[in-house]
Amino acid sequence: VCMTNCPTLIVMVGLPARGKTYISKKLTRYLNWIGVPTKEFNVGQYRRDLVKKYKSFEFFLPDNEEGLKIRKQCALAALNDVRQYLSEENGHVAVFDATNTTRERRETIYKFCEENGYKTFFVESVCVDPEVIAANIVQVKLGSPDYVDCSNDEATEDFMKRIECYKNSYETLDETLDKDLSYIKIMDVGRSYLVNRVMDHIQSRIVYYLMNIHVTPRSIYLCRHGESELNLKGRIGGDPGLSVRGKEFAKSLAQFINEQNIKDLKVWTSQMKRTIQTAEALGVPYEQWKVLNEIDAGVCEEMTYEEIQENYPLEFALRDQDKYRYRYPKGESYEDLVQRLEPVIMELERQENVLVICHQAVMRCLLAYFLDKPAEQLPYLKCPLHTVLKLTPVAYG
Amino acid sequence: ACGPQLTNSPTVIVMVGLPARGKTYISKKLTRYLNWIGVPTKVFNVGEYRREAVKHYSSYDFFRPDNEEAMKVRRQCALAALRDVKLYLTEEAGQIAVFDATNTTRERRGMILNFAKENGFKVFFIESVCNDPTVVATNVMEVKLSSPDYRDCNSTDAMEDFMKRINCYQASYQPLDPDNYDRELSLIKVIDVGRRFLVNRVQDHIQSRIVYYLMNIHVQPRTIYLCRHGESEFNLKGKIGGDSGLSNRGKKFALALNKFVEEQNLKDLKVWTSQLKRTIQTAEALQLSYEQWKALNEIDAGVCEEMTYEEIREQHPEEFALRDQDKYYYRYPSGESYQDLVQRLEPVIMELERQENVLVICHQAVMRCLLAYFLDKSADEMPYLKCPLHTVLKLTPVAYGCRVESISLNIEAVNTHRERPDEAKKGPNPLMRRNSVTPLASPEPTKKPRINSFEEHVAVSSALPGCVPQEVPTQLPGQ
Repeated sequence: VCMTNCPTLIVMVGLPARGKTYISKKLTRYLNWIGVPTKEFNVGQYRRDLVKKYKSFEFFLPDNEEGLKIRKQCALAALNDVRQYLSEENGHVAVFDATNTTRERRETIYKFCEENGYKTFFVESVCVDPEVIAANIVQVKLGSPDYVDCSNDEATEDFMKRIECYKNSYETLDETLDKDLSYIKIMDVGRSYLVNRVMDHIQSRIVYYLMNIHVTPRSIYLCRHGESELNLKGRIGGDPGLSVRGKEFAKSLAQFINEQNIKDLKVWTSQMKRTIQTAEALGVPYEQWKVLNEIDAGVCEEMTYEEIQENYPLEFALRDQDKYRYRYPKGESYEDLVQRLEPVIMELERQENVLVICHQAVMRCLLAYFLDKPAEQLPYLKCPLHTVLKLTPVAYG
Repeated sequence: ACGPQLTNSPTVIVMVGLPARGKTYISKKLTRYLNWIGVPTKVFNVGEYRREAVKHYSSYDFFRPDNEEAMKVRRQCALAALRDVKLYLTEEAGQIAVFDATNTTRERRGMILNFAKENGFKVFFIESVCNDPTVVATNVMEVKLSSPDYRDCNSTDAMEDFMKRINCYQASYQPLDPDNYDRELSLIKVIDVGRRFLVNRVQDHIQSRIVYYLMNIHVQPRTIYLCRHGESEFNLKGKIGGDSGLSNRGKKFALALNKFVEEQNLKDLKVWTSQLKRTIQTAEALQLSYEQWKALNEIDAGVCEEMTYEEIREQHPEEFALRDQDKYYYRYPSGESYQDLVQRLEPVIMELERQENVLVICHQAVMRCLLAYFLDKSADEMPYLKCPLHTVLKLTPVAYGCRVESISLNIEAVNTHRERPDEAKKGPNPLMRRNSVTPLASPEPTKKPRINSFEEHVAVSSALPGCVPQEVPTQLPGQ
């Protein structure tokens, strides 16, 4: 379904270290995942490319005219690239990642969008909790190229002064003055939200996504079911039970989980025997999702690859040509999988510690989402049996 | 729509707002949606309890803040409704109860929060704030003037009385304050019919779904047209499924549909089809741009695709029988069930909520699904809803529901409808899957007055202020 007619520019708003880049990257990944071509444009990056060496916070002083000129130039350069992406390169959504803290700057951007026929959607992150800000600085600022030659203490001190430079001129999105704009204001890392004038489907999806993500530390464990009887025979699909070695894996998995000592671990399986049997060995409650079922191989279900090559040589060749889009006759494609896994992904974003016991194609999809892999690579990601992948969010990935 | 069966504690959704702010509209629509995605939900409208307890409404005086007797009555009604909420959530397998009343004071909300805490229920507040007098007036006309309260009045008197009623609440109205007093509560404030939303502390998946739903619905007048593709070549042969083109009569229908659409004279009609030839060919006759949704494709009949019902009965007799036993859950081998359809149609339904005028050209099973959603039908009825070829169903939202007009375009076509067979045994369900999603129809509101001991104390005839009630218990027996 064509979700938007005109392209959309998402404009981030907020003081430094408020999570704007974190949100930009995650949102970009999600939108690309659901098939909406999206790209982010980080103005800080443009500035680093132009001003080869960062000296100190003084660059950001509001009375530093040189600094101001350069920064405006960078913003315009970024907007130019946005225009190229949206109007000439078939992009649907561009994320403009900068502080954009003054009404004047936002006006400029809004006019730019009007001239080019783009919709504008503002995402503001407001946070006054000093602990959160300090944690952000430690996570992402100290390692920034700007501070490559400084000690941590020097870097932190400089960065705090940098934030101060923006504070005086900061004009937050206002209920009255900005009542005609479309925006979401995120307060205190998602404790509360103010949503104004959602214009279309894509904006409402963005809002829904933003309300489901969080920054609480947690880990996601992905693994396949233990080896199955059909695996042993080299057959795909079907609904077989575990082989002897598969059952051993289930027991090892139980031990592994115990050793990890995870607080409040949720366990999810598909509705197929082999994942359920694997979960049963854990001795903890688990939930079954139909959408975690393995890709449906249609007419090729329960065949070996040799049999498929013999009986359906054309199909076999087609699959190798475009494994992502290829759909088994009366079955599914990886592309279909991505569609049906979207609610799982949303729920994974909401949750904290989760173990997902699933299947090869499904696991590839989930992995591709979290590791930001494109469609071409997705069907070839390595997901061997009896191996657990532990994903822990850090910084921007 | 397909989340795992999470063992969440039940939730009480508490509506907040002055009269005529759309609380009941939201309550009913939300309840419909939640039941549709398989979450047992029920509305408890305190006004209805009051109408049962106080048989005759005389005037707005009942709602005056200094009317002590009436205040007691109203509190009793709220307690009675809460008692039914508790019953529904703890003994009747309910998951969500929507407590539909003004709940405009902190004191009242505090009482509800205590009630929920005692019983281990989560609480989610939905406040509707609207100061646009046009909107309020329209609401009053749409739903209040025809209320049982005003059955003996003319419109002008009713309107005047209702406005005075609203005033009675205004002085004591304490809106939700998520920045300070109410910062720990989970809530959404809907401002000016959805122009703006304030969301605080969403606790779980279902609350985030509720917020998402509320942000997608609107109250703009609009019409949804549902119809099937024109008669297809396969229809003529009695074959199901497949991807055949239109028959001659089907082509005539497409032309008639074009004329019909022109006559409707709509501004901005969106047209949606599936990705199967027969709907696309039908849309082509319209000379309007249209969008193709894969999700609107007909139910996949798996191994039975392109067979006639006789062939299915011959070649797959057990399947044929199973399907009649439980047509909703039955899944064709290598195909789909109505239940699967409900899953895949959820994004279509959400988008239909967002849109204004839309014409959906689809297929029999798909149309039955969409219809069941808008007309609040249960899973059991869905596979037997009548959706004949060459007939357009025009759905117009009115008050708290949907008006449906059936318009036949008078082009002959075969009849593809199979009635529910009488001989089908309704035994224990062999086809129900664990963690399955079953759309429920919204349950009937609890009409019975629960204030049994109370009835004896209330004077039935004249306006309440004039009568001195005997001792009215503040606690219901058994609470």
